[in-house]
Amino acid sequence: MYAYDQYDHQIISDRVAQFRGQTERYLAGDLKEEEFLPLRLQNGLYVQRLAPMLRVNVPYGMLNSTQLRRLAHIARAYDKGYCHISTRQNVQFNWPELANVPDILAELAEVEMHATQSSGNCIRNTTSDQFAGIAPDEEIDPRPYCEIIRQWSTLHPEFAFLPRKFKVAVTGANDDRAAVQLHDIGLQVVQNDAGEIGFKVIVGGGLGRTPVLGSLIKEFLPQQHLLSYMEAILRVYNLLGRRDNKYKARIKILVRAMGAEAFAEKVDAEWEFLKDGPSTLTLEEIERAKRFFTEPAYETLDAAAAEASLDAQAKEHKAFKIWLTRNVREHRKAGYAAVTLSLKPTGVAPGDVTDSQLDTIAGLADQFSFAEVRTTHEQNIVLGDVRKSDLFELWQAAKVAGFATPNIGTLTDMICCPGGDFCSLANAKSIPIAESIQRRFDDMDYLYDLGDIDLNISGCMNACGHHHVGHIGILGVDKKGAEFYQVQLGGSAGSDASLGKVLGPAFGQDEMSDVITKLLDVFVEIRRGDELFIDTYRRVGLVPFKERVYAKAN
Amino acid sequence: MPKLIKDKAIVENAWQWLAVNDEDAAPTVPVGQVIVPLKLWLAQRDTLGSRQDVGVYLQNDENPEDLKDDVSKLPLIAIEFPAFMDGRGFTLGRLFRERYGFKGELRAAGGFIRDQLTYLSRCGFNAFDCNETFDLDSALSSLNDLPEYYQAAADQELPLFRRRD
Ligand code: SF4
Repeated sequence: MYAYDQYDHQIISDRVAQFRGQTERYLAGDLKEEEFLPLRLQNGLYVQRLAPMLRVNVPYGMLNSTQLRRLAHIARAYDKGYCHISTRQNVQFNWPELANVPDILAELAEVEMHATQSSGNCIRNTTSDQFAGIAPDEEIDPRPYCEIIRQWSTLHPEFAFLPRKFKVAVTGANDDRAAVQLHDIGLQVVQNDAGEIGFKVIVGGGLGRTPVLGSLIKEFLPQQHLLSYMEAILRVYNLLGRRDNKYKARIKILVRAMGAEAFAEKVDAEWEFLKDGPSTLTLEEIERAKRFFTEPAYETLDAAAAEASLDAQAKEHKAFKIWLTRNVREHRKAGYAAVTLSLKPTGVAPGDVTDSQLDTIAGLADQFSFAEVRTTHEQNIVLGDVRKSDLFELWQAAKVAGFATPNIGTLTDMICCPGGDFCSLANAKSIPIAESIQRRFDDMDYLYDLGDIDLNISGCMNACGHHHVGHIGILGVDKKGAEFYQVQLGGSAGSDASLGKVLGPAFGQDEMSDVITKLLDVFVEIRRGDELFIDTYRRVGLVPFKERVYAKAN
Repeated sequence: MPKLIKDKAIVENAWQWLAVNDEDAAPTVPVGQVIVPLKLWLAQRDTLGSRQDVGVYLQNDENPEDLKDDVSKLPLIAIEFPAFMDGRGFTLGRLFRERYGFKGELRAAGGFIRDQLTYLSRCGFNAFDCNETFDLDSALSSLNDLPEYYQAAADQELPLFRRRD
């Protein structure tokens, strides 16, 4: 994982000092509310419904155990003893005091973390594949490039006051787990026929009010040009993006208005001036970044023996067997596996984790996974490098700590934004919907029979819960001051990305679990063999689902 | 005389800002140091071009390329920030410095705030007409809020990765 040198430390601590001064001026009445607003946002601080919310960047989802313990300490000392893993792999604290935020940021800086640009109209934290560096289907580890982008985008003087927020995601795998088609810039690291490394560049994807899949504007961008090309994209956007209407200000609107081809030409014209300039990456710099993401000290393990003993343990413990199927994934290194700790037990807001749980996860990471974890956009935490022979012991420990709910990928492993319980932008609550669905579908065998289903819930159009790309998406809407929920079907965030279609009129909160039940009944009836929900939907379309859900009771 | 920040010091503002309200008017540009709107400059370039004391100001949606051939002669270019959240001027600053090679005074004017000075100066601005909206003495210190940085920009040609040791 990346380690700061004296430059990184200086940059981040100067930033904390700057924000400390700004906060003091604000509290003393020397800085106007509207001027402090973007400054605090660019340091991670929102003002939410009940209290400020501080969003801390987790660069491309990587955390070490020292950082986990520091997050636990912050949750304890400055908050109410818990925090939240966001749908962009970040960590959110819901109850910090404004006056304490500079201290929190200073504590984060000590462990090489920051909240710079975690909100505001600027380049946000770069996200990636939670299985980067360990997935068997990965071609190239995206993390060195993510770190290069993190550094370039951090405190970029030209792009701190963009028309709107700007999100970048990078993947290096064929199976896209970073949703690169749904970001302002999506990058896929690839190798061409000549053996050179470069990027497929997609722009203008995104969710929110106008969900749209991104357009490919560069089939192969040689790696050394990464920053100059991104700078060209950002520059075109900064100059031409709309500023008159915040709902039309994202780059996707510009790309759509110009047409992807014309946009790409404009970027190329700008790039002509920047290409081969000093921001061109040197091979040394790429190598330097890569050195932080080399393999950990894997042992040479007897994979066959590990499999055999796993099989034996699985035979004896059915629950362990189920957990192995749902929460454990193949690893590229023989004898190792990646384990997802579920933050979705019923009754807990999806993605919430307490201070003592964070400490526990830190301990598990130290013991089982080279002291590192990854946060996921599905709001779980992954231990990336676990010896298969340790899985049984890890499972037992995870069970005690409450992370072993074997629901990864199932209906109850849902993505859910904080919604009306916390968020001041919400139209409706989302956490109670998640909970009512989790309570309804408490029969694990039924969930396993259903197979993988992405259920995504957002409390408003801003789509932090990615409802457009859930196989089933739920969107909170406001109808004359009352909370209602619109259902969408057929979204997907993967390589086969698609946007969901609205089923029909919205429902009240108490109807929602019945609606989901009906949808799943239809699915079970018309499903062919082990077909997944999304595939059935793609085969039959909206109609059969719609007919059942809106059928008049008689 | 009103003051402004220039080259990290508080100085008198010796320039007069020529506002032109009527689009069609062809006003005479007074003698002395005057900053005129881009349109007027383009219309009267032949006569104004011989003067050493005429600067040009741009709105942030105007095209900097229009001044491409004039940058070597102009003593001053000003960019107007309509509101501090509108960040187009940051790009314009870099274009004038890095693309067109402007060496004269690059002045930010209008609605920017003190907390943007450090980024503005990284984007090539060396003069800040703060309109007395904030205290110049304390603003001076903000210029140096973030002394180290990762990216190349107008003030530092090399990104950190080419300077790191
Ligand atoms: S989707 Fe809406 S309600 Fe949910 S967190 Fe985002 S802004 Fe808030």
